[in-house]
Amino acid sequence: MNGIVLAVLIVGGIGLIAGIGLAVAAIVMAVPRDEKADAIEEVLPGANCGACGFSGCSGYASALSKGNAKPGLCSPGGKEVADKVSALLGVAGGDVEYKVALVHCMGSYDNTADKMIYKGQNSCAAAAQLFGGIGSCSYGCMGLGDCAAACEYDAITVCNGVACIDPVKCRGCSKCVAACPKHLISLVPLKSQAVVRCSNCDKGGETRKVCKVGCIGCMRCVKVCEFGAVTVNHFLASVDPVKCTDCGKCREVCPQGCITLFAGVKKQ
Amino acid sequence: MIKSLVAVFLAAILTENYVLSKFLGICPFLGVSKKLNTAFGMSTAVTLVMVLATAVTWPIYTYILVPNRMEYLETIVFILIIAALVQLVEFILHRYVPALYHALGIYLPLITTNCAVLGVTMLVIQKGEMYASFGYVHALVNALGSGIGYMLAMVLFAGVRGRLETCDIPKSLRGLPITLIAASLLAVSFFGFAGVVDGLLPGALF
Repeated sequence: MNGIVLAVLIVGGIGLIAGIGLAVAAIVMAVPRDEKADAIEEVLPGANCGACGFSGCSGYASALSKGNAKPGLCSPGGKEVADKVSALLGVAGGDVEYKVALVHCMGSYDNTADKMIYKGQNSCAAAAQLFGGIGSCSYGCMGLGDCAAACEYDAITVCNGVACIDPVKCRGCSKCVAACPKHLISLVPLKSQAVVRCSNCDKGGETRKVCKVGCIGCMRCVKVCEFGAVTVNHFLASVDPVKCTDCGKCREVCPQGCITLFAGVKKQ
Repeated sequence: MIKSLVAVFLAAILTENYVLSKFLGICPFLGVSKKLNTAFGMSTAVTLVMVLATAVTWPIYTYILVPNRMEYLETIVFILIIAALVQLVEFILHRYVPALYHALGIYLPLITTNCAVLGVTMLVIQKGEMYASFGYVHALVNALGSGIGYMLAMVLFAGVRGRLETCDIPKSLRGLPITLIAASLLAVSFFGFAGVVDGLLPGALF
């Protein structure tokens, strides 16, 4: 009999001590809820895409409520969400900086060739592990459509062996940016500008062998740009969208034709 | 002392690996090992709980249960303590490391039911009864080693699964079957360590 009482006492005692300890810990270490942040998170789309640059919608909401972020950063939500957030914060609604995804490759079947007959799994991530991908250009789009599968807005199609993103349907959630094993996709601001549609970092001669429209790093675009918007790094040109005024000179001088016009489309 | 601690630590990681040799904690091993960073975060939390739990359960067993001849209460008392500890760790993480708290999500409270944690606390006590020189410090080092071993298994397996995802697997084996086959192969490979450290352990402890 004594044994049972003692056993109950021991287990009960330990349980009681643990319970009291947890109760005290819960009070001492209570996390203060930020009501404003909760209200903002309700308004945000909840896609947790990270296009705003914060870790998901709750991260953006808490940054907003503390005044560390501007309301217009939610690209998938657009103007509607920005207005609601501004109303909650009690500030004037700012302009939304729309960004859309762009594939930095034009290696279609006409411009480049495959170096193997690939019969594996229909996924870019799988193909990329095999000798650097299907295409003869190891930097280029393989056209198996991992980005199209990742897109929730049906904005991406694979046409003629290279992914094309419809800027009207694209909402800048950057899911495709993460999905591309070749890192060919990036978000660009939605304005009229010149963009380099190539990601090949090899020297000019090497690039020329594998693709008709690859950037060879000839520097002509850098020299002709009056605004210092074009730079060449590792034999690959890139255009700074902030400085670019879309004067069109770099497009005219590019011998490979890999700098193209990116037309700004109005978002509804 | 130092030699025996090193032997205990190595044995806990390699020969007595809780996932791959003792087959404890398989649920989170299969559930969280899909991505490297969650695998790493989960095993860090498990390691922390293992060491904390051993630090609390060993004295309770030695100074409360044994003098009262209540050794048979071991399992239920240990479960109680582990559950309370996991809850405490959850509070602490939520307050001070919210990023890790959100990354671990549901798996943090699930450590409560992770049998590897209970296994560590009970098996170190078994060892303490087997070897006279196996004391409190040895128990803590053993718990830490077990946690590190758990992490090693998780991280290795996360890499294996990353490779598996991009392989062309026969339809009947896709998903869990091929994962279990891969896990068993990894476990077989860990048996290779058995001879290496086993020789160290009894010699170091006696």
